[in-house]
Amino acid sequence: MRKVAIVGAGMTKFVRRSLETGKELSWQAAKMALDSCQLTLDDVDCVVMGTAPDAFDMIHMKAEYLSDGAGAWRKPYMRGFVGGGTGVFVADQGWYHVASGLFDTCLVVAEEKMSCCLPHPQGAFITCWDQFTESPLGTSLLWFFAWEMNRYMNAHGITEREIALVAVKNKKNAMNHPCAQLAAEITVDDVLNSEIMAWPVKRLDVSPTSDGAVAIVLAAEHVAKRISDKPVWIEGVGWCLDTMYIGQRDLYYPRYVEYAARMAYNMAGIKEPSKEINIAEPYDPFDYKELHHMEGLLLCGKGEAARLTADGVTQRTGNLPTCPSGGALGVGNAIAATGLMKVAELFWQLRGEAGKRQVPGKPKKGVAQAWGDEMQVGTVIVLGV
Amino acid sequence: MSEKVKEWPGTALKEDDITEKRVLSTEWHPNLKYAWDTGIGYGRYFAELKKGRIIGTRCNKCRRVLLPARVFCEWCFRTVDEWVYLEDTGTVNTFSIAYTDWVANRIEEPQIPALIEIDGSGGVAIMHLIGEVDPWKVKIGMRVKAVWKPEGEREGAITDIKYWKPVDE
Amino acid sequence: MLPRVAIVGIGFSSFRSITPDISFKEMMFEAATRAYEDAGVCPQQDIDGFVTCEEDFAHGRSIFSIHTPDNLGAVLKPIHTIPGDGIYGLAAGYMQISTGLMSIVAVESHSKASNMLTPNYLIAHALDPVYNKPLGYNPYFIAGMEMNRYLFETGTTKEQCALVAVKNKLNALLNPQAVYGERITADEVLGSEMMFYPLSRLDMSSPADGGIVMVLASEEKAKALTDKPIWIRGIGWCSDTPGLETREGGEAVYAHLAGDMAYKMADIKHPRKEIDFVEIDDTFSYKELQHLEALKLCRRGEAGALVEEGATQRDGEFPVNVSGGSLGVGHLVEATGLQRVLEVVLQLRGEAGKRQLSNVKVGLAQSWRGIPTNSGAAIILSRE
Repeated sequence: MRKVAIVGAGMTKFVRRSLETGKELSWQAAKMALDSCQLTLDDVDCVVMGTAPDAFDMIHMKAEYLSDGAGAWRKPYMRGFVGGGTGVFVADQGWYHVASGLFDTCLVVAEEKMSCCLPHPQGAFITCWDQFTESPLGTSLLWFFAWEMNRYMNAHGITEREIALVAVKNKKNAMNHPCAQLAAEITVDDVLNSEIMAWPVKRLDVSPTSDGAVAIVLAAEHVAKRISDKPVWIEGVGWCLDTMYIGQRDLYYPRYVEYAARMAYNMAGIKEPSKEINIAEPYDPFDYKELHHMEGLLLCGKGEAARLTADGVTQRTGNLPTCPSGGALGVGNAIAATGLMKVAELFWQLRGEAGKRQVPGKPKKGVAQAWGDEMQVGTVIVLGV
Repeated sequence: MSEKVKEWPGTALKEDDITEKRVLSTEWHPNLKYAWDTGIGYGRYFAELKKGRIIGTRCNKCRRVLLPARVFCEWCFRTVDEWVYLEDTGTVNTFSIAYTDWVANRIEEPQIPALIEIDGSGGVAIMHLIGEVDPWKVKIGMRVKAVWKPEGEREGAITDIKYWKPVDE
Repeated sequence: MLPRVAIVGIGFSSFRSITPDISFKEMMFEAATRAYEDAGVCPQQDIDGFVTCEEDFAHGRSIFSIHTPDNLGAVLKPIHTIPGDGIYGLAAGYMQISTGLMSIVAVESHSKASNMLTPNYLIAHALDPVYNKPLGYNPYFIAGMEMNRYLFETGTTKEQCALVAVKNKLNALLNPQAVYGERITADEVLGSEMMFYPLSRLDMSSPADGGIVMVLASEEKAKALTDKPIWIRGIGWCSDTPGLETREGGEAVYAHLAGDMAYKMADIKHPRKEIDFVEIDDTFSYKELQHLEALKLCRRGEAGALVEEGATQRDGEFPVNVSGGSLGVGHLVEATGLQRVLEVVLQLRGEAGKRQLSNVKVGLAQSWRGIPTNSGAAIILSRE
């Protein structure tokens, strides 16, 4: 199989509402990514765009509108969209563009401009669900997370207090991220006392809606070795969707994340992820999701993630730093852009370039994961140096 | 590279930058209307709801009940074998107490959305709302029964059931 | 050397102007069941990956991928959605197999255009929010503008464009899948209601519902599954500038570049000589001519003369849109490209019934994503 590496990355700040249009955000991230490895558009063979619901930017076929901002002028340009899983999936999609042998370089861009959707971007989700049996109930996005969090807590006897530690950790980690939207030093009590949105979900359990864009540059082995002093290799890719009928499965465990993770670990030759992975960036739109996904990623046993967090294992200085970037909770949840932000974070971490966020000990392997749809998508990428 | 970058692009605006017109903005009200064909499976499901009954289907190969009713089994990828009437009672699989609505506004009277395992289905749940109960008394495992709209008001929609209320058993 | 990938199975639901009896889920199931039967595969056991081609707003959902796995037998499998035309899906399937990670990939797209009640507003919703949406025009004016420029630049006439509509609707009468087959005259086209000058009503295709699924396989699997694999010789896709103000007037540059990419991969130097027939986009009658030129199947400005001379008729020297195209079959939104590929596959397999062309070995299918986009894809298929 042809080897593919990430050779450059760039991103914009994540903000609640940006002055820049989606096109401009894409351009800013794409330009920064190209500059970071001293390439120009002429060197880019194809472009892949990841952007979640058109309903946010409120433009039908929005990738067409964003295409020139993403550097896709007169190039082969394709969009990938698996809801919230998009951000990591597009890195996988860029991988198959280059690994197929059809292209030697690929620019992967992820953009989201949620603030256009009024009165609140959350409203864009009501039209996700089954239009016949679900949306007519006034189905709020938060219901699904609340159901899942409740089920997860109930299945393993985990408390809201234990879960709140994730929000505290990630928002604190984000204080070292120059693009972070909601970095802060908060306490577990702050989380527990924050207003109830949909019990058991409280305001500080949730990541903010954001505008932002991220871009990475992929290159085939022979090109990567020529232009980069330390290419970060894509060692495994995986993606998976479960059934949309949530009544036919149990929400306490994300088996679709496990399937996607196994696909990626198989490709990467990883047999014991909990031992072989040095950094994890699971998707954390809600604090309990980080725990949920850590288990799905086979980084620990079912129900054990909360204990690992309490023991400090997932801190930057711990044995399995998790969301050293600050995650969606701290940096911001610009859906697709957040997924790719996690991939970019691994890129910088594995190259030792993450500055104040740097995980010590020269990490060699990382896994990034995103999630979405009706609690059914798992998208995974394994990177290594 | 990330530590070498001094200026990160992206400019944050506040809500009143737009409402006070400190920045130029443009508005658009989309006019998008759809009428979705319910097809065979959901068509029958809603026709039965209008009659005050919950119907599912069964795949004899994997021996599962499919709910909401649909005509092919997504696992075995074959058409189902029979329609099965189910009870209008069930067990709460999971629930929430929502103080915000779908567009993120705060609401005074909380809603209690839940996944309710329907009796007769072997544990398959549908999503709906719970009512006539103090929200903080709802528990996973609670037994509930459907409260239907009066026959004349039913339309053949999931809302023909108003909500589910707790039953003592 | 790129690996060889073939289409080994095709399946489709009936194309009709409305499909009130089935939901989109049941439509996808029907098309998939037929495709899997044709290929001799079982989705859960044999298929490694799935690709669906859908645009959210066309279906009225804000995340369409939610609704895909159950209807294709893809639960807990690697499936993803590409908001794009079906040929993009074939490109994605082709690439996934070429990596070596997968051997069999299914590609799906469907149209339920009849469920979308405000299509003009849907297209308008795709316009640039700052520069174009505020104009508040019916967005089909964009096609009128482009046709106007195309006629001006190439000297093509409205009469020649009308002949495309005549040809394709006539071809459609022999296609049992076609919705809008009809024997009409050029005068009827020219005399039909003027919609967006110079575009008349009969120059414009009408929407139709229908679903299509195709199964792709690596060379090794293809040879094991079927004795009639249809090989993907070349594939290309391209997006030109999205801005209405910055595009190249009457030339379909996206089609030109997509075609070039496909020709290069297929090692085709003289397209007109090396390709036997084509199925190209004719959402509007002038588009067929514009695309013929962009794909270098004739010189710039020559396409009008070709249709006038009858060269592109079913029994002409270079048949174009024997299936009836969108004008005859109906416009299937994102499934349009797959409908063109379907025709090429049927012709190459010798399964095209009354409209079978004789002695065809290589065919090309091309798609355009429709207004207001400047994007499209092309694929070259052959029997060997």
